[in-house]
Amino acid sequence: MDHMPSWIRRHLAAVRALVVLTLVTGALYPLAVTGVAQLLFDRQANGSLIERDGRTVGSAIVGQSFTDAAGKPVATYFQSRPSAAGDGYDMLSTAASNLGPEDVVDTPGRASLLTQVCARSRAIGEREGVSGARPYCTPDGVGAVLKVFPVAGRPVRAVSVNQPCPATPFVAEYRGVKVECARPGEDYAAGRTVPVRGGVTQAAVQVPADAVTAGGSGLDPHISLAYARLQAPRVARERGVGVDRIRALIREHTTGRALGFMGEPAVNVLELNLALDRS
Amino acid sequence: MAALFIGALVVALALVHKPLGDHMYRVYTGVRHSRAERVVYRLVGVRPEAEQRWPVYARSLLAFSAVSILFLYAFQRLQDKLFLSLGLAPVPDHIAWNTAVSFVTNTNWQAYAGESTMGHLVQMAGLAVQNFVSAAVGMAVAVALVRGFARDGADTIGNFWVDLVRGTLRVLLPIAFAGAIVLVVGGVVQNFTGPHAITTLTGGTQHMTGGPVASQEVIKELGTNGGGFYNTNSAHPFENATSWTNWFEILLILLIPFSLPRTFGKMVGQVRQGYAIAAVMGVIALASVTLTTVFELHGAATVPQAVGAAMEGKEVRFGVANSATFAAATTLTSTGAVDSFHDSSTPFGGMMTLFDMMLGEVAPGGVGSGLYGMLVLALITVFVAGLMVGRTPEYLGKKVGAREIKLASLYFLVTPVLVLAGTAVAMANQAGLAAMLNTGPHGLSEILYAFTSASNNNGSAFAGATVNTPWYDVALGLSMAFGRFLPIVLVLALAGSLARQTPVPESAGTLPTHRPQFVGMVVGVTIILVALTFLPALALGPIAEGLS
Repeated sequence: MDHMPSWIRRHLAAVRALVVLTLVTGALYPLAVTGVAQLLFDRQANGSLIERDGRTVGSAIVGQSFTDAAGKPVATYFQSRPSAAGDGYDMLSTAASNLGPEDVVDTPGRASLLTQVCARSRAIGEREGVSGARPYCTPDGVGAVLKVFPVAGRPVRAVSVNQPCPATPFVAEYRGVKVECARPGEDYAAGRTVPVRGGVTQAAVQVPADAVTAGGSGLDPHISLAYARLQAPRVARERGVGVDRIRALIREHTTGRALGFMGEPAVNVLELNLALDRS
Repeated sequence: MAALFIGALVVALALVHKPLGDHMYRVYTGVRHSRAERVVYRLVGVRPEAEQRWPVYARSLLAFSAVSILFLYAFQRLQDKLFLSLGLAPVPDHIAWNTAVSFVTNTNWQAYAGESTMGHLVQMAGLAVQNFVSAAVGMAVAVALVRGFARDGADTIGNFWVDLVRGTLRVLLPIAFAGAIVLVVGGVVQNFTGPHAITTLTGGTQHMTGGPVASQEVIKELGTNGGGFYNTNSAHPFENATSWTNWFEILLILLIPFSLPRTFGKMVGQVRQGYAIAAVMGVIALASVTLTTVFELHGAATVPQAVGAAMEGKEVRFGVANSATFAAATTLTSTGAVDSFHDSSTPFGGMMTLFDMMLGEVAPGGVGSGLYGMLVLALITVFVAGLMVGRTPEYLGKKVGAREIKLASLYFLVTPVLVLAGTAVAMANQAGLAAMLNTGPHGLSEILYAFTSASNNNGSAFAGATVNTPWYDVALGLSMAFGRFLPIVLVLALAGSLARQTPVPESAGTLPTHRPQFVGMVVGVTIILVALTFLPALALGPIAEGLS
């Protein structure tokens, strides 16, 4: 070894160090952790799987869609949050939407995040028999956004950019200018973007925040207590059970904050739906 | 609730930093080698007693990193020929290069989706190994710099191989093992199964994924690496199952960075000097966590206002406040793991994550890199203070002369040059522009975030940007490599030049560097330097978005 140039010796040492450390941290260590985990905590280590009638139906910590083959919500089940993972709750392509907080203008082929929120709110409102109205949303469930021309100064033209013609714009007038519907194909990028809040106050919103947004993993196993309560009357009606019984089940499947201060209270949708089927 | 969550983290760190900091002090200054370590040194073919001068130390480090990059690249390209590949194809060349550089530089930027790209073997024996050793490399450099301060007229700054092996075996491995079991208890998976189909309640199909996740998850946080086993990282229930595993993962992220100042204090023989550095880190970190949480909870932007909360990209079990704490912790360190998606954060909440990284990740920063970054800033501070009173600045008895301040200034300049030049080049060509998912200022933020994250070795993203293209893989790969190794070489050179000096005795004119006054000055210098460098870029991105 000693007659080799020092740089070769150094790189040989590097190779050998990497091999040794790979054996320790890349083989012995994960195998040891796996051994202990499988021996003592095999349920968690294998994904907290839930079985029914001897068949695995899901994981207690991974959400799933409760929709039929056509993608329509099954009315007898509580519904999960929207999901950006594949076609929804796809564990092979987990994802968040990654759309920004000012993503408010629809483009051909992609609805803006605001329009997605408004459309979900409207659909859930209809499904649960409550108002789906929320701030910055039009009554027909798209983002209430104007493109105003010119960018600065007195407006001479205003377009409700998410309402393609022949829709009726959600407002007739903006600062003395008649609001037009959006002509498909016309480029409104040069205008100033003006989201319009409208008259709906936050207190009047009936569809909760988690119901209209996609989670981080696309596999969120939980919904908020508020969203579960919103769905209770519909599930009770569809199953022909008293709504009190459903509310009791919601309470049973609500996880509080860990140690009283970590995270938020959450309702596990799969476990709740399984409990519904049992009762 | 948010205050309790953060308070519990502070208390836990206060309890743990002392035993852990003292343990690391013993690890890096002890003269005895364990029997296992002796075997390792024999296998590697190095003499552990041999001390290295800084150029030798640096060359050893670079050799190890270069070999690691080559090995990891080959591993990914050949994964289909090896076992446990789950039938996945070889990783495309540009993604394999990007990923190899990314994991070796402790960045863990991910241009791929774990569940559909990497087999279990590459994850476990390739990526996770770099999670350990890249963290150990960071700690080694920090310790070498501290030796520069601690030594008196010395030629050498330690032995890279010893620091690497000890950091891995004595510091990271035991904590990782215990932490992995804790995560498994919480629900994080640890198995070797591949995706298997199950039938859901309504008759649909879901493909359950598996993998040795807990063992990788824990070192991903502990080593401030951040590369998720799955695409959605710590938002994925199999990586972060409950609200308390979320808290635990944040603790793991902050554990070593907040304990190293204690190690530093012990090594230079004045524990209070370590606490002054920890105080600088703590002040900035608390301010950032608080601001991020307030911005996110306040939710000022059109979509969060329409929704009623900034819940897009966030999980119900964590909620907005705890997700904000995670976002701050992951960007204040060089981690880059995420439990919520920063692209969908409020404009100012997202800006805080950018700003945290632009600080150079020094509060508390990555394992090792946080401490050496902060010590460089301390040198710049004593220099600025020295200019004001007109005397030669000194820190811990070492004179900050022309050579030292040149090295410190170059260190500080590396990342701004990479970030701003990289963003500018991306903005000036079609391949760069094509990546934006969002339009307007937010689109610029996505690209600025990508180069900030890569150059500072963070690895988190405004993940809407499409960065798995050859152009971005090469550009960001270069940013990561230069952003990691140029500062490291400069720090080691600094360590060498400090170690050679004989300490000057303290005099009446010496600036005390353990008092609140000095802590305040370092905080000020850090924030002012960053603000002056990056404010124009921030103004065009998140600030424009937030004020519009």
